[in-house]
Amino acid sequence: MKTTNRAVRTPGGLSVRLDVRALTVVLLLLVAALTASVVLIGTGDFPIPAADVLRTLFGEGNAGQEFIVNELRLPRVLVGLLVGASLGLGGALFQSISRNPLGSPDVLGLGQGATAGALTVIVLFSGSANQVAAGALVGGLVTGLAIYVLAWKRGVHGYRLVLVGIGVSAIVTAVNGYLLTKSDIVDAARAVVWMTGSLDGRDWAQVWPLLGLCAVLVPLVLCNARGLRMMEMGDDVSYALGVRVERVRLLLMVAAVLLTASATAAAGPVSFVALTAPQLARRLTRAPGPNLLASLCMGAALLVIADWLSQRAFGAEQLPVGVVTGVLGGAYLLWLLVTERKAGRI
Amino acid sequence: MSKNRRSTVNRLSAENVTLAYDQRVIAEHLSVEIPDNSFTVIVGPNACGKSTLLRALSRMLKPSAGRVLLDGQVIQSMPAKKVARTLGLLPQSSIAPDGITVGDLVGRGRYPHQGILRQWSTEDERVVQESMRQTGVAELAERYVDELSGGQRQRVWIAMALAQQTPLLLLDEPTTFLDIQHQIDVLDLCAELHEEQGRTLVAVLHDLNHAARYATHLIALREGQVIAEGAPKDIVTAGLVEEVFGLRCQVIDDPETGTPLVVPAARKARVGAASGAGTGAEKAVATEAS
Repeated sequence: MKTTNRAVRTPGGLSVRLDVRALTVVLLLLVAALTASVVLIGTGDFPIPAADVLRTLFGEGNAGQEFIVNELRLPRVLVGLLVGASLGLGGALFQSISRNPLGSPDVLGLGQGATAGALTVIVLFSGSANQVAAGALVGGLVTGLAIYVLAWKRGVHGYRLVLVGIGVSAIVTAVNGYLLTKSDIVDAARAVVWMTGSLDGRDWAQVWPLLGLCAVLVPLVLCNARGLRMMEMGDDVSYALGVRVERVRLLLMVAAVLLTASATAAAGPVSFVALTAPQLARRLTRAPGPNLLASLCMGAALLVIADWLSQRAFGAEQLPVGVVTGVLGGAYLLWLLVTERKAGRI
Repeated sequence: MSKNRRSTVNRLSAENVTLAYDQRVIAEHLSVEIPDNSFTVIVGPNACGKSTLLRALSRMLKPSAGRVLLDGQVIQSMPAKKVARTLGLLPQSSIAPDGITVGDLVGRGRYPHQGILRQWSTEDERVVQESMRQTGVAELAERYVDELSGGQRQRVWIAMALAQQTPLLLLDEPTTFLDIQHQIDVLDLCAELHEEQGRTLVAVLHDLNHAARYATHLIALREGQVIAEGAPKDIVTAGLVEEVFGLRCQVIDDPETGTPLVVPAARKARVGAASGAGTGAEKAVATEAS
């Protein structure tokens, strides 16, 4: 029962290969993410039963519920789903390209870079929420570029990318610390909340750009997934198989940086989703390969469930979701390091 | 002694190429022809540029001057997948992804024949089965690649390259890290692919005796230059081995096959000329000359 691949063929000579197990995992995760979303929409100071939530979503609720669901809670949940999906996919891309589970955006300092951008806007310019998001996006992209320039000479080698990322991350963290010390107490409080990663107060204005970006990038990434799968066997083998390695890698890396940076811009540096989602997804599908779709769904499910947990456990105080993902992801990272050590890889 | 020939009917050739990594020049004005339907073996001392030449022939290294021609076209200007359907390469460094099965890995060799809407045709299925059968790994199809022995794993990689169905197949040191039995095993497989299927094979080998026994065409390189090329019987002499590897030796007839067999001179005989740091015939110091 190791191979669960099935091929679907048409008389015209077209064929699609499906991994039944992976497909099942994707569907189950999708169901889990959507169920958690409905529950999450019903959670809060004014609880709404799941059936009412569904009815309202389909346009048949009463006016009060409609306002709460459609205006307040739905956009927040959608941002959560999109951010989780972007981080899951971005993480899977990074880990596959670096051939290293540690080569994920959290470890590489992309989150820190986005934070630096956001802090600059908050502390030096006291900018609006949108300006903060723009600052975070720019910060993430610049960090991605810096890592590219520093680590890229003749292809990425897993550990070099990780080490350069850690170095960049350390420098940016220092800059962030400096910015915080320069800030007054109001800005500092705002900055710290942003830095933990939170979905509080997210509305439709955050949903549309994220949705637009995902609508472009996700299909683009999936079209190149077959090349990425070949690249897991090493650059030489994939060249020999006719993959345009440099092109595919650059394209996917840019996509991964964009996904991660925009997710961070929308919700702050939600920690460890990008690291854990691909690993959890791979353990469920048990399939080699980048497991892109499964990671995407896993990221979305993880983030929404973590958000629900943080609201559920701490009620009105609303612990930022980044704290929950941080605790869960940190524990997972430790476990990963211990097992990698046992496997003799670290 | 680079020969500047005009492009000929042979499918794969390097014309007057300069090969370099960044600033480090490995070879200059190197011209090589791979005779069609031959089993060509490239030999030479460490760092003579044999693997570099193979990388250039398989378009992984772009020559800084000169050109590599495949079917009369400059290889770099051809579409990547088209090259991959004509010329296969088994590189030295390959990574078996975690948790991949033999069948799955061999199946990946079909990549250049596939597209986004042609992911797994019946033809793919057939070729993969056929490749695994030829390399004797069919019964391992459901096993994980990580669990296999070195010899089995090399067969699996060769099967993957075969699944590419290319008339030309390049192998970079396919026998490294294998024990003697598995080395012979892999070389027998290569000979079979060459003789029975008429594929053109190009391999880089370390062992001169293996090269002399299996090759139909031998290219001896030193410091990025072709010192000699031709059938092993015609070119392998004590003088050539000394010129290329800096090793004094006798060349006798292989009692099994009649091909040239290189027997390094005894240490005492060599010590006369210079210090004999002799561990391993090929690695013997190349500086001494007498």
